[in-house]
Amino acid sequence: MEYYFSTKKMSVGYHKRPLIQNMDISVKKGEILTLIGPNGAGKSTVLKSIARQLKLIDGVMYLNNQDMVQMSGAELSQKMAVVLTDKLRTEMMTCEDVVATGRYPYTGRFGILSKADYKVVEEAMELVHVAEIKNEDFTRISDGQRQRVMLARAICQEPEIIILDEPTSYLDVKYKLEFLSVLQEMRRKKHLTVIMSLHELELAARVSDKILCINGEYAERFGKPEEIFVPGYIAKLFSITSGSFDEENGSMELSAADGPAAVFVIAGGGRGKTTYRRLQREGISFITGILFENDLDYPVAKALAAEVITAEAFEPITDMVFKKAKQRMDSCERVICCRKTFGSFEAANQELLAFARQRGKIIETEA
Amino acid sequence: MRLNRTIRYSTVFVLLAAGAAMLLILNVRIGSVEISLPDIAKAVTGKEIDKTTARILWDIRLPRSLAAMILGGALALSGYLLQEFFHNPIAGPFVLGISSGAKMIVSLVMVFLLGRAIKVSSAALILAAFFGAMISMGFVLLMSRKVSNMSMLVVSGVMIGYICSAVTELVITFASDADIVNLHNWSRGSFSGMSWDNVSVMAVIIAVTFGAVFLLSKPLSAYQSGEAYARNMGVDIRLLRALLVILSSILSACIVAYAGPISFVGIAAPHLVKSLLGTAKPILMIPACFLGGSVFCLFCDLLARTMLAPTELSISTVTAVFGAPVVLWVMIRRNKEKQM
Repeated sequence: MEYYFSTKKMSVGYHKRPLIQNMDISVKKGEILTLIGPNGAGKSTVLKSIARQLKLIDGVMYLNNQDMVQMSGAELSQKMAVVLTDKLRTEMMTCEDVVATGRYPYTGRFGILSKADYKVVEEAMELVHVAEIKNEDFTRISDGQRQRVMLARAICQEPEIIILDEPTSYLDVKYKLEFLSVLQEMRRKKHLTVIMSLHELELAARVSDKILCINGEYAERFGKPEEIFVPGYIAKLFSITSGSFDEENGSMELSAADGPAAVFVIAGGGRGKTTYRRLQREGISFITGILFENDLDYPVAKALAAEVITAEAFEPITDMVFKKAKQRMDSCERVICCRKTFGSFEAANQELLAFARQRGKIIETEA
Repeated sequence: MRLNRTIRYSTVFVLLAAGAAMLLILNVRIGSVEISLPDIAKAVTGKEIDKTTARILWDIRLPRSLAAMILGGALALSGYLLQEFFHNPIAGPFVLGISSGAKMIVSLVMVFLLGRAIKVSSAALILAAFFGAMISMGFVLLMSRKVSNMSMLVVSGVMIGYICSAVTELVITFASDADIVNLHNWSRGSFSGMSWDNVSVMAVIIAVTFGAVFLLSKPLSAYQSGEAYARNMGVDIRLLRALLVILSSILSACIVAYAGPISFVGIAAPHLVKSLLGTAKPILMIPACFLGGSVFCLFCDLLARTMLAPTELSISTVTAVFGAPVVLWVMIRRNKEKQM
């Protein structure tokens, strides 16, 4: 299939000074490309260059096989809409007025909207659920509402491709999900191509077809989410030094507590996560086990525990693992058990609890 | 909602037009010699009236009132364009020093030519004023690159204005006695001494400029949202900015060439009109501004002529009294909005 938008050796930057060089990006029609990367890495610069707000330093951009530099502003305005982080300046404009400015490329010499234009405006407002605030002044609505009005404005420009710079920043979780759902709907119904930057990595991993990682002087990686969200890469991209990001689940944890482990946590089946996090908040270092490698607790344990005693998934717990667990438990004075009952394949954990009693450990139960 | 708006806009336009017409008649009527309405009607329809009255009407009052109407509209429009250009609500030809720049070059040219007993033509005056306006505008543009703060920009404009005024004063001091009175009056701003020749030249220039501005109303509406969004809409920002500079300078130049610098109308009239309309859409604001400026200047000129008759006040004295409070009100309102 043909690419709808692509770049060849694109270099972007300000005042003829390249900031990010040699980018080769390609997106098919109806795909969602997300830019991720640390603050100040140049995501906005790339987006502004794609939107032709900045001149390319080098290289070419193609939109539908056409060299974008040679397209006229009027031609491009019917194909590409933008929602930038720059605030839209308004004076005495209702939300409907703001959305209606998106019809600009389709109106005549004096920019007067026809009935058909107003219909498009209305539909766009309904699509992002801002129809009820259409008569409110644009300066008097919340940031979240403003962002959705801006999306409605972009939609009513009837673009083939839309450029969004951190569109979800001001939205609460409901509207974040709704915003991205609207994008998906637009892409399914109208084959809208989307290029945006997101701070929410977990959302980026879920909504994007392609991801471009911007870091410093070049685009570090470009590929499908599963190629980007591989263990260890996000920590490297963002130079994470405190805490951790779990690429597979898109969740993050703060740094594990320091010092020798004082507590042993018997967990499993997702029962241990809250205890792990409580101990982390209290600054208590702990050891946990025995966890199967596919347990829900496992990623959190990996991030927060001083040590995790693990057993291979779908296999019986070996004696060696059990011995190791007993030994580690013996070194802790407190034991927290997060389980009420134990399954038949993890009798070892039940034996561990019995062992703790036998050794006179302080036992707390949490379930 | 849309219907309500249409009614509001139409009402405002009707009111402004009626106001301008009424004030035009009052301006012609009132003065040291009152001219009755029937006389005005007779004169306009080409019937015979008393000779002295006819002369006052045709040679003095009517050209002056028409000039106040045309130049007032031009002044408000040029203020509006500058406000949009700089995204600054208190920009205007006077506060940005553009009027003073025009005034300086005009006075230089006048003193130079009058000293050599050469008659100064309208065209030469307008050209000189345009040149002066562009010089000041150039300075303000340079400053606007250095300072993004809107009050700083205005302060630098006021400073430029002072410098130009100082130069003008200096030039006037060296002018011959006979010219001083005229120059002095003009340099303080006045609609007096307009000839039909003046009125027809300004009418043509301002009508053409107005037409050009009106054609820009669509790109101007996109420019209002900010440059990035305007560019996305396919607006050629550079061209638009250049046109705005040139058109507003032509308007300012015309005003200064004929009536000297007039303060505050350029800021006050657009804001008053905007609050009446309840919208900032250029397609409505451009004609409404013009009418608003006409009403404002006709009203102020009427007061300037009649308040302390037979002594005539300078027009800026009156426009300042009514215009300055509006400017203060705009600034206070802006400040409130920022805090919200």
